[in-house]
This record gives sequence, structure tokens and C-alpha cells, in this order.
Amino acid sequence: MADVDIALDLARAREADAPRDSHVVRFGPDRPLKLDAGVELSPFQIAYKTYGSLNADRSNAVLVCHALTGDQHVASRHPVTGKPGWWETMVGPGKPIDTERYYVICPNVLGACMGTTGPASTNPRTGKPWGLEFPVITIRDMVRAQAMLLDDLGIETLFAVAGGSMGGMQVLQWAASFPRRVFAALPIACATRHSAQNIAFHEVGRQAVMADPEWRGGRYLIEGTNPRRGLAVARMGAHITYLSDAALHRKFGRKFQDRDNPTFTFDADFQVESYLRHQGISFVERFDANSYLYLTRAMDYFDLAADYNGVVANAFAGTQTRFCVISFTSDWLFPTSESRAIVHALNAAGARVSFAEIVTDKGHDAFLLEEPELYAIVRGFLDGAAKARGLKSAGG
Amino acid sequence: MLSRLKRDLTMAEAARGPGGARVDLLLVADMVAPDARVLDVGCGDGELLQLLAETRGVDGRGIELSREGVNECVAKGLAVIQGDADTDLADYPDDTFDYVILSQTLQATRRPRIVLEHMLRIGRHAIVSFPNFGHWRIRLQVAIGGHMPRTDNLPYSWWDSPNIHFCTIKDFRDLCQVVGAKMERAVALNAYGKPLRFNAPWWFWNLFGEQAVFLLSRRA
Repeated sequence: MADVDIALDLARAREADAPRDSHVVRFGPDRPLKLDAGVELSPFQIAYKTYGSLNADRSNAVLVCHALTGDQHVASRHPVTGKPGWWETMVGPGKPIDTERYYVICPNVLGACMGTTGPASTNPRTGKPWGLEFPVITIRDMVRAQAMLLDDLGIETLFAVAGGSMGGMQVLQWAASFPRRVFAALPIACATRHSAQNIAFHEVGRQAVMADPEWRGGRYLIEGTNPRRGLAVARMGAHITYLSDAALHRKFGRKFQDRDNPTFTFDADFQVESYLRHQGISFVERFDANSYLYLTRAMDYFDLAADYNGVVANAFAGTQTRFCVISFTSDWLFPTSESRAIVHALNAAGARVSFAEIVTDKGHDAFLLEEPELYAIVRGFLDGAAKARGLKSAGG
Repeated sequence: MLSRLKRDLTMAEAARGPGGARVDLLLVADMVAPDARVLDVGCGDGELLQLLAETRGVDGRGIELSREGVNECVAKGLAVIQGDADTDLADYPDDTFDYVILSQTLQATRRPRIVLEHMLRIGRHAIVSFPNFGHWRIRLQVAIGGHMPRTDNLPYSWWDSPNIHFCTIKDFRDLCQVVGAKMERAVALNAYGKPLRFNAPWWFWNLFGEQAVFLLSRRA
């Protein structure tokens, strides 16, 4: 293992307990988190970022929920990679989620590895990283933890909750679990349950991690190894599901990487291979392999209807929340039919819902990429909701 | 498809009232009680929903087939979903709305009867506006010209028309009978978008009305 890799591993591991550039709330033994698995997590902590400022009547808070491999650095430089925030096109001054108007809170989810308690955090009972002793968590557990964070911050009602993919699942869970705390909800490119195909893809990713001998039964942080190759392969496979055939063809086609002819070896001859390898390697720098197992599991377990007698509409019965559901034409991981099912359930519950499908060839990842129509819709939806909520416009 | 029809209607310079709104929309708006819950089926770019929100303070929702229409509506802050009148009305529970409106869209649906039945199921009232195929100029084009009619409001050739279920005012009255709808109000508009004489007989409306607007309710 190269020295630089060890240095990166150490830097990443430190983030799990002591995140840089983030606020941290610690919940002691007096405030345990009750998990769906039937156990209590205590003590635990939540790392989060905020942007903009909370108004006097505490009515302008927007909770942004991040996706599987995201984190709290939604609109600011990532402390490990140095890259810009993952949703800077959407969140910031003058952006659709306008930080001059709204107070944006983005917590790192439970089970992740950027400062909120997860399998890479130190287990206070052993003084060593949790590893696989960390309890299996659910989307609902993540949302419960976020609600405890908001209680701690003294924010009773959120003006809006927004997120894509796993973030969208949290948005739906928020609206179902805490309807009176959510004025507006923006679930993007998500579903009320993880499909068999999606569980299958996740299982392939987990098996790749666990097949790496460096994984050491999940004890790699204790034994000083890192299942780099396994996690990179998991990321490569998953990354394909975030794109589309058309987008891959447009970006790479069958073009060769730095060569004019095939080498008749298993080098990365094709640009698309080289791109995927890069995606895998750079992901390993910033993400914990066990967190990947826990978070994919949480998504697999997500099935909103199951908690409400098999009927999704029951989850939203009597809701006053206004919803804006958004999907993308080329997203085959969370296809439009899944968003339409959300809309049908909301209609059946008599909810105030908007639904837009955006034409793009960028696949599932479109929600993170340059999509002017997405920005116009989010801005319009939030403006309308802000008027109904009596929020002042920025600068007004 | 529906939005294309709407655009063409607008392009045909449908008569506009003092506020700049289309007269047929003003007429529809006039039939809606203040603060009601309204579903506009085939809401296009949201002109009627905005009018209703501004003049009637309604809690409005919309369904629109075209993606561009939907996205424009949502960006305006309206609660509109992408959907199809023929398939998606079935998902709404009974009595969800005070009014369900179908403005200039009936003739483009695949199964007008089922659409109308759903409207009366999910709303206490239904408001339907449609082009009258019994208008004398249309009759004349078929009878004398011997071809499918084309007018300013209905500019399509038969082979590219989204309108697959035309009816006359008389036909629509028959449909209301069949589905058990009570006619609370009916207005026919002339070619200039002006309402025809209130006490005129039905045959007169059917001959001289270019459009009709019906306010219906379920028979008790």
C-alpha cells in the first residue's frame, strides 16, 4: 500500500469521528435513537452543514437530504477531495434553493462516514470502529435522527424537505412520519420502495466489497487494511446504473483511451473503461466500504407501503404538505413509473401535488447535473409555496 | 396533443374579455363558487387555473398531457401533474373536488362518456366546454362542401386532428341523460365568443352556438 493511500485512509477515517468544516450535535445517553432493528443507538452524533440564515419566526428552514454516496457538503468545498459541493447548481445565493431566502440544513445521514455516527465511527464500548457491530439502519431511522437534530436546533416546522434518490426516499419518509413538520416536499428521482432490480444491483455491489480479502469480515479499519478494489468495483457497477445507454454513447462511444488501436490486453483500451476505473478509484478516497453496505441495505429495506397496511396512500392520509414530484425520462434506476406511483398515492390521499417529468438522456444522475428545466420547476414550486407560507422574497 | 389544441385556440384569437382572459374561460370561472376545490383536466399552460386562483381564490389542481404545459404550470407555482384524462381520473377518490373542469378537451378524449362519469364521481360539479359540431357553418361544409369541416377554432385536417370525438350541443345533452347528470346551467357562445340569447330554444343554440359551456351535477 502506497504512503499516499494510507494518508488518505487516515484522513477519511478521522472524518467519521471529527468532521472538518461541519457542525456536530452529540446526543448523549439521555437522548438515545430508537432504531427499527429494535435496539437503541446511544450515544451518537450528527454532522451537518447550514447555509443562509434562519429568520425570526423560524419558518424558512429547508432540509436537504443527500443520496447514497453524498454528504452534508451540499454547497461548499469537500474537506477530503477539495471538490465543490455536490448540489451547488441547486443550492446557493440566487439558486433555485436560494440561501438568501431559505436557511438550508444538510445533515450527513445515519450510517454514513462524514461525521454522523456510522460503522466507521468509534464504538464507545470498545474504543474501536463499529464495523459490522453497528446495527443495521433504515431510511426511517435516518429521518428520526434528523428530526432529533431539528429538535436540538429548535426548528419545529420545515418550510421544505428536498432530495434526490435516497434523499428522495427520506423526503417521502419525512412527509409520512412528520406531516405537520413539513410544509413542502420535493422528492426527486425516487420511489416509495426499492425495486427487485435495484436490490439486485446493490447486492452485486456488496458482494464485490465483501469478496475483497482486505475487507477482513468488516474489520479492515481495526486491521489496518482497506477493501479498495472491492469498493471501487461496487462503485463502477453502480455508476453505470446512474447513467444511460444514450449518455454513455454520447460521452464515450467506442473511443479508445490515449491510443489508436486495441492493445490486445485487458488494459483500459476504451475511454468508458478508463472513466469507470477513475470513478471507482476516486470514490474509495472519500467513502467507507462498510458505510456503503449499510446505506445500500437501508435503501433495500425501504418500502413505505409496508408500514401502512400495504397502501402507500395511507402514509399520506390527511396530509397538508404540498408535494412536487420530479422524474427524468432516461432514469432506469428510478423510472418515471415509480414517480407516477407516488403521485397516484398522493392523489388518492387528496394531497396537493405537482408532477413533472424532465426530458434528458443523462439518466438517474440528471438530478445532480445541469438541467435548466429542473431548476425552473424547483424554483417555481418553492416560490409558490413560499407565497402560501408568507415568506418574504430575497432582499424584500 | 391537448396543449396543441389549446395553443391553436389561442392563436385563433378567441375573444378576450376586459382583463385579457378568453371569454370562454371567464364564463367557466363565473360558474365556480369562491374558495372551491377545483380540478382542471387538460389545463394546458394553466391560464384557467391562474384565473380561478386570482378571481375566485380556489384551491386548484391540474392534469395536463403535454410535458411542456406541465413544466410551465409547475414553474408558475400551480399544482399540476403530467397525466391523461382517459386513464388518470380513475385514481382520484370520490368527492375529492367541488368542480372538475374539462375545458375544450372533451372532443380529444378516447372515451368521453367514461371521462364524464369520472368527473361527476370525483367532483360534486362538472363543467364542460366544447366546440359545437352542430354549428351551421360546420353543417354547411359537410352538406354542401362535401368535406370534413375546418374552422378558425378547429383548424385541423381530418388526418392530423387530435379531435376524435366531436359532438353537437344536442348530442352532449343526450350524453348527460345517459350518465344521469343534472344540467344546472348551459351557455352557448357565438363565433365572436359572445353568449347567445339566454331564452333561445335548444335548436337555435345547436345551430348558432360555436361553443357551449355546461355546468353539471350528479342527479340526487
